[in-house]
Amino acid sequence: MAKAFQKVYTKISQITKATCSLKATGVGYDELATINGKLAQVVKIAGDDITLQVFEGTGGIPTNAEVVFLGKSPSLKVSDQLAGRFFNAYGQPIDGGPEIEGKEVEIGGPSVNPVRRKQPSELIATGIAGIDLNNTLVSGQKIPFFADPDQPFNEVMAMVALRAKADKIILGGMGMTNDDYYFFRNTFSNAGALDRIISFMNTTEDPAVERLLVPDMALAAAEYFAVEKHEKVLVLLTDMTSYADSLSIVSNRMDQIPSKDSMPGSLYSDLAKIYEKAVQFPDSAGGGSITIIAVTTLSGGDITHAVPDNTGYITEGQLYLRRDSDIGKVIVDPFRSLSRLKQLVAGKKTRKDHSQVMNAAIRLYSDAANAKTKLENGFDLTDYDNRCLDFAKDYADKLLAIDVDLNTEEMLDVTWSLFRKYFSIEEVNIKKEFTDIYWK
Amino acid sequence: MTKGTVKGVIANMVTLGVDGPVAQGEICYIETGGDRLMAEVIKVVGSDVYVQVFESTRGLKVGATADFTGHMLEVKLAPGMLSKNFDGLQNDLDKMEGVFLKRGQYTNPLDEDRIWDFEPLAKVGDEVQASDWLGKVVENSQPLKIMVPFQMEGKATVKQIAAAGQYKITDTIAVLVKENGEELKVDMVQHWPVKFAMTNYKQKPRPFKLLETGVRTIDTFNPIVEGGTGFIPGPFGTGKTVLQHAISKQAEADIVIIAACGERANEVVEIFTEFPELIDPHTGRKLMERTIIIANTSNMPVAAREASVYTAMTMAEYYRSMGLRVLLMADSTSRWAQALREMSNRMEELPGPDAFPMDLGALISNFYGRAGYVYLNNGEVGSITFIGTVSPAGGNLKEPVTENTKKVARCFYALEQDRADKKRYPAVNPIDSYSKYLEYPEFAEYIAGKINDKWIPKVLALKTRMQRGKEISEQINILGDDGVPVDYHETFWKSEVIDYVILQQDAFDEIDAVTSLERQEEILNLVTEICEIDFKFDNFLEVVDYFKKMINLCKQMNYSEYKSDQYNQYVSEIKAMIEPHKAA
Repeated sequence: MAKAFQKVYTKISQITKATCSLKATGVGYDELATINGKLAQVVKIAGDDITLQVFEGTGGIPTNAEVVFLGKSPSLKVSDQLAGRFFNAYGQPIDGGPEIEGKEVEIGGPSVNPVRRKQPSELIATGIAGIDLNNTLVSGQKIPFFADPDQPFNEVMAMVALRAKADKIILGGMGMTNDDYYFFRNTFSNAGALDRIISFMNTTEDPAVERLLVPDMALAAAEYFAVEKHEKVLVLLTDMTSYADSLSIVSNRMDQIPSKDSMPGSLYSDLAKIYEKAVQFPDSAGGGSITIIAVTTLSGGDITHAVPDNTGYITEGQLYLRRDSDIGKVIVDPFRSLSRLKQLVAGKKTRKDHSQVMNAAIRLYSDAANAKTKLENGFDLTDYDNRCLDFAKDYADKLLAIDVDLNTEEMLDVTWSLFRKYFSIEEVNIKKEFTDIYWK
Repeated sequence: MTKGTVKGVIANMVTLGVDGPVAQGEICYIETGGDRLMAEVIKVVGSDVYVQVFESTRGLKVGATADFTGHMLEVKLAPGMLSKNFDGLQNDLDKMEGVFLKRGQYTNPLDEDRIWDFEPLAKVGDEVQASDWLGKVVENSQPLKIMVPFQMEGKATVKQIAAAGQYKITDTIAVLVKENGEELKVDMVQHWPVKFAMTNYKQKPRPFKLLETGVRTIDTFNPIVEGGTGFIPGPFGTGKTVLQHAISKQAEADIVIIAACGERANEVVEIFTEFPELIDPHTGRKLMERTIIIANTSNMPVAAREASVYTAMTMAEYYRSMGLRVLLMADSTSRWAQALREMSNRMEELPGPDAFPMDLGALISNFYGRAGYVYLNNGEVGSITFIGTVSPAGGNLKEPVTENTKKVARCFYALEQDRADKKRYPAVNPIDSYSKYLEYPEFAEYIAGKINDKWIPKVLALKTRMQRGKEISEQINILGDDGVPVDYHETFWKSEVIDYVILQQDAFDEIDAVTSLERQEEILNLVTEICEIDFKFDNFLEVVDYFKKMINLCKQMNYSEYKSDQYNQYVSEIKAMIEPHKAA
């Protein structure tokens, strides 16, 4: 592997579970090295003492292993040949196809100058009313699903990806089970979308630290297509909690003082660096976009844990799935889900009554939740309470369930019809301007 | 100047060996692969100097050289900064080339070629001291002062002053003779180290003047004042940013500085996009004309994030010295605290609570202390009103940043998850939130003069009603609708009227988003009138029915243009609903 002009070091002075240290000179920070062929990266320089983080772990590395510095930080070769291909965390093909030829770019590159961004304004239609009606997605947005591991987030994500009409779908898998990996492959293949897919995969069978490369690899590819090819790129990252777990493993082995939930103190910046790659470029820069839909798995629905908590402050909203016991289906939870960019399209790219209808429906749904509490506590229900409960059931079934596939106009019409069925005009409490048109 | 050599690198903390003296906080530039990386001294141990680099250190090698500059992190202050977008180190973002931020690219924050119409204010022979006004230029209709250099010590005499005419910021506009006979040429550019507070004023009294924001839950319920401090803590998704933007759009200030500190880039883009279109409700000019944005978004280098809030505050102090009313918003101070934590962690300092540095409380209180309403040396007044947001981890307000901020900020706008879930926006909790200014006699006197002396007692009465309403709603939850007397329902629904009509406000509705003080007074009087009626309903269903109709009418009124026919129509409908009950 070593080339003639490269210096080979063979004396490792210290080995821990994840790092090796040795004496070397002329080494750059963040630079890659190989240790007996295993990839490693410089994480600390103190004089001529160099500490390397070994991605696949240090098992089997002898103290006389051959260490070669590669003179570059982690990089990916980008070109149109990426389309339709499956790679591991290092960007090497795992589908049996040929190596990619193209321009080599460093991953984890610089950020977009905020003044060169454009305000996102293009609606992404998914057909799911829990999303399009209540939490409209916009291209250039970054939004995760907050979900317990048993919820069907991968299914919903695949469905959204296929309906979103993106030019490229880039899947970054971190600690994904082999079964889920094949689910995505098969779903995209059955939909005839394989030529639009690029996948960087770290499964549960691969070393955990390797997955730290996955988001940056996926986003380097995304930037190529969005910047150079002016395409609409959708990046799916699942599961960011596994990514954060790997961060904590590394920081722990580097003897850093942990902050909340054993996570490194830099967790916010680490996650922001990834999510902020979501961008809408102005037409003057080609008009491409990167939209990120991620998954953050929760432990027992706890969103105060450091990973979902920091994520929530970074992303532009979050989507929750929940099984609704009244209708026996999975719904997009209207209370806790939020798309921060929805007001950029709701009522502007969609019908004018969108925002008011959405808010009124959610308020009535919340009244139904109160009525349910009353019922559970054994109190008598008023007529209004009963109507709310009936409305909630219909609303969940006809709109919130993830198997709904309507356009936004239909969603609004369905909601108005439910309002009329169960409530008086005062109870709905919508601007007269709209009730004049739609209350008939 | 002192030179240094790189000895070690861990992320953005670099150890340098130096050949001469260095100062704590001194700025140096490290040369690597053709890039010059700006860094700040944070610790000195023997001949080892620890610096935090404001950029990525990728590829940095042992042996790279560093040049020290002899000064701390400074900003350059001059006319021409309004409407601009800077990063945390005051680089003009619009001057940067390319779509991506290139490492080591620094741009001049000022335009040295722009011509200004200068008008002298001082005369030859005048005795002056630092910060005194020498002349005036106008930028975006805003009168800006050209001042004696902030760093000048002692007194000086004006020997020469430029005549009215056109000058660049680098032209000499005055020559001063200092007490020691030394001559000092003065241009329009000032320098100031950002970590030091400017104390170029005579006195900082207790602030008392209401700062109108058009947001009812603030102006009516928990008012902030010119030169006051406030903070907005809240879990994610509770509307911190929307509320901050509403305040910065509508507040009655001369200059608005927005420090986007470690937050989302798209939120800054929203300001870039919308402010040039929006109109300042007080002056009728474009909002962008009075706004400066300091954008250090979450993906930009962490060390510069810490610098960004100081850069913003120093600019605010510059404008305050000119006798202007400045509003400074920082979103979010938690990200600033996290930047401090990351560095303290890398320096292997012993951590305080939640791994934050031990001096966090002192840093926060010093920073809030730089705001205030001041009497300048020439008797004029200026103010910096500071509002920071806090992003408490897990939405738990018992965390170091929130607790330390609560000790120093005088207004507390607690955003609440439960209200946000119910879409009761702005989700400011009416019971936990407070404004200490309501207790200031100076403020009461001012309000009595500006509005009337009934205003504050009415507000306090409504606050009590909100509290009572909450207690009753808890009792109803336990005892059931029939388990409490009918008048309990009435009291509860009166608190709902206050909530729906005064506190809740639609930030996305053109009319409802901003409420003038005059209109707020009318709403306050109307709601007070409703609350003071003894309705005597027969059963709780009647109560619910009546108040739902009432709330619906009041909301339609809020959505209608003030004093329009439609508005008057709703007001008379509301009065008609009240009238029969008043008789009884």
